[in-house]
Amino acid sequence: MKTMGFADAIDDALAQAMVDDSRVVVFGEDVHGLRTGLFVRFGEKRVRPAPISEAAFVGAAVGAAMAGLRPVVEVMMVDFIGVAVDALLNHAAKVEAFSGGKWKVPMVVRAPCGGGYGDGGQHEQSLWGWLAHIPGLTVVVPSNPADAGGLMLSAIEHEGPVVYLEHKLLASNMLDFLGSGGRKTVQYDVPAEGTCGSVPDGWMPIPLGKAAILHEGKDITLVSVAVGVHRCLEASAILKKKRISAGVLDLRTVSPLDKEALCQAVSRSGRLLVVDEDYRDFGLSGELAAVVLEAGIPMRYGRVCTEETIPYCREFEHQILPSTGRIVDAAIKLMDR
Amino acid sequence: MGPDLWLLYRQMLRSRRFEEAVTDLWQKGRISGEMHLGIGEEAIAAGIVAHLQDGDAMALDHRGTPPLVMRGVDLSLILREFLGCADGICCGMGGHMHLFSREHLTASSGIVGSAGPIAAGFALAAQHLRPGNIAVAFFGDGAMNQGMLLESFNLAVAWKLPVLFVCKDNEWAIVTRSQHVTGGNLLERARSFGMPALEIDGADVEAVWNAAKQGVDRARKNNGPTFLLARCIRPEGHFLGYLPLRRSLESMIGMVGPIMHSLPARKGASPGERIASLGSITSLIGRTLTEKYSKRRDPIHHVRQRLRGEKARLNEIEKEVEKEIQQAVERALS
Ligand SMILES: Cc1ncc(C[n+]2csc(CCOP(=O)(O)OP(=O)(O)O)c2C)c(N)n1
Repeated sequence: MKTMGFADAIDDALAQAMVDDSRVVVFGEDVHGLRTGLFVRFGEKRVRPAPISEAAFVGAAVGAAMAGLRPVVEVMMVDFIGVAVDALLNHAAKVEAFSGGKWKVPMVVRAPCGGGYGDGGQHEQSLWGWLAHIPGLTVVVPSNPADAGGLMLSAIEHEGPVVYLEHKLLASNMLDFLGSGGRKTVQYDVPAEGTCGSVPDGWMPIPLGKAAILHEGKDITLVSVAVGVHRCLEASAILKKKRISAGVLDLRTVSPLDKEALCQAVSRSGRLLVVDEDYRDFGLSGELAAVVLEAGIPMRYGRVCTEETIPYCREFEHQILPSTGRIVDAAIKLMDR
Repeated sequence: MGPDLWLLYRQMLRSRRFEEAVTDLWQKGRISGEMHLGIGEEAIAAGIVAHLQDGDAMALDHRGTPPLVMRGVDLSLILREFLGCADGICCGMGGHMHLFSREHLTASSGIVGSAGPIAAGFALAAQHLRPGNIAVAFFGDGAMNQGMLLESFNLAVAWKLPVLFVCKDNEWAIVTRSQHVTGGNLLERARSFGMPALEIDGADVEAVWNAAKQGVDRARKNNGPTFLLARCIRPEGHFLGYLPLRRSLESMIGMVGPIMHSLPARKGASPGERIASLGSITSLIGRTLTEKYSKRRDPIHHVRQRLRGEKARLNEIEKEVEKEIQQAVERALS
């Protein structure tokens, strides 16, 4: 075991995959600057800077994957995926179904996501539920370095299209680039265990669609991904002092969803609180409720999500994004009922 | 008739001093997130905004502060926005990349290339509701590879929309040299859509003003869009705190670390390819530093040289502008 940062872990696992399989190529805007290590080690042919043409290069990733490559295509922030949605919605996600299962699209779209550093509502969205809504897309959202590396490996090995989202509060290079810009005068609420942690000496794939129970709890189950997981862990520690035993489930993959782990945890606690930095309405939080109810499990349910466009102002932003305080309050409310 | 260089100089200086004040507040941590400045682009904004009238519209990119300042938006309202105050121009919701002023028909967006379609729509509305009014789209050379921008060129030509498409070409898209990822020639590209395309030195406000006049007149007469390619240099790099320009040891290590680690790593590209990658990184950094320290193409310096004969008048303008900005900052902070 050794210690590694979140972003370094992703690049390290990616490097391992690139060594093992010469079909793995990386392209996207500024990749020579954002992934300097990979650029120098693997050369420009395999780590290729792209023009600001997301519709073209994400679309090209689909074609390249169909024709034998294993592209890891970068979109600078998940917000910008809007420009390339057609490639994902109508192509990457459809080819396998349209071809009667005969043709697959093994590609990874890697994109930073998430807020908490005051960059405004066009640069801080999460969108994992919005993307997971599309059948045929796998959506991975790791919360710590070990998962980040292992899941990147499985994303690359997967035979279908995977959207791999890295939260900017966890990827310290991104936060430095976009948030602090080298300043010591700004502070962000960064979860330490998410940004840096122990990782295996050699990367092994972590299966897609498998959640991780980070904390057992018998009164209530807190479910989240990415930074939300760390806010849940903090909330769980506070709730413990109030004699509430709150379990924490890290989904790790939004789609496919680990329904079994979810249902097991909720059937034990009887209470589900979803903490989702993505938009509340018509998304992941409602989906989790549906899954549990469809399984016939009685429960009390609540959610702490982002309900509207994320404000630029740090103070408003803090109120809108799921915070530890909001989670604790919502959990206590669920206990009362 | 030619431009009033004194007026243009004042506008450019207002924008420069304003963004210097913004830099200071950003450094102090009073402004969060990214901060893209238009320092180096002032002549382009000034030469174009000078032609705008009531009812004209602007679609701005992530570097929209100078055109807003020059269009006459209350400076302390912009600053209050950057500071994240509920009484900022967008109530603290937008920040510097998402600035809106409905009175000035001005919108900005951080989505690269999106100024094209929005300006086309502003122009369409002008065609229907305010004949004689026009729309301007400001964007960078990087945006010239974005499909939606190119599609809006075609739309504007096909529908004869009164738009001025303004490409502020600094030859960079963040850390990518545009020529490295762009085919052909941007002027030819614009022309191929069937609109006039003019190339100008974006550091020369008079040249910008003259070219803009042609495009604006054409649009006002309902003869369709024009494309301007204005060359410029932005000394501060992509945004404040731009990594290649930081001077701290920490950031040097951050930049060099992954390279030193990867260069000798077992398995990967051939030594020749690795050296080539290293070479391109070093030349990008070298180029960035040269632009930072070359005063040669500073638009403010350029116009000031033209006006240097009248020292007293220059001094007076400079004092007035200084005072205006200082007061705006004080008001914003109070
Ligand atoms: C659709 C989209 N893709 C990528 C980005 C990230 N990004 C922000 S600015 C920028 C470079 C833009 O270059 P250019 O248009 O030349 O403008 P400049 O910043 O040089 O003024 C990029 C890639 C974005 N904001 N939107």
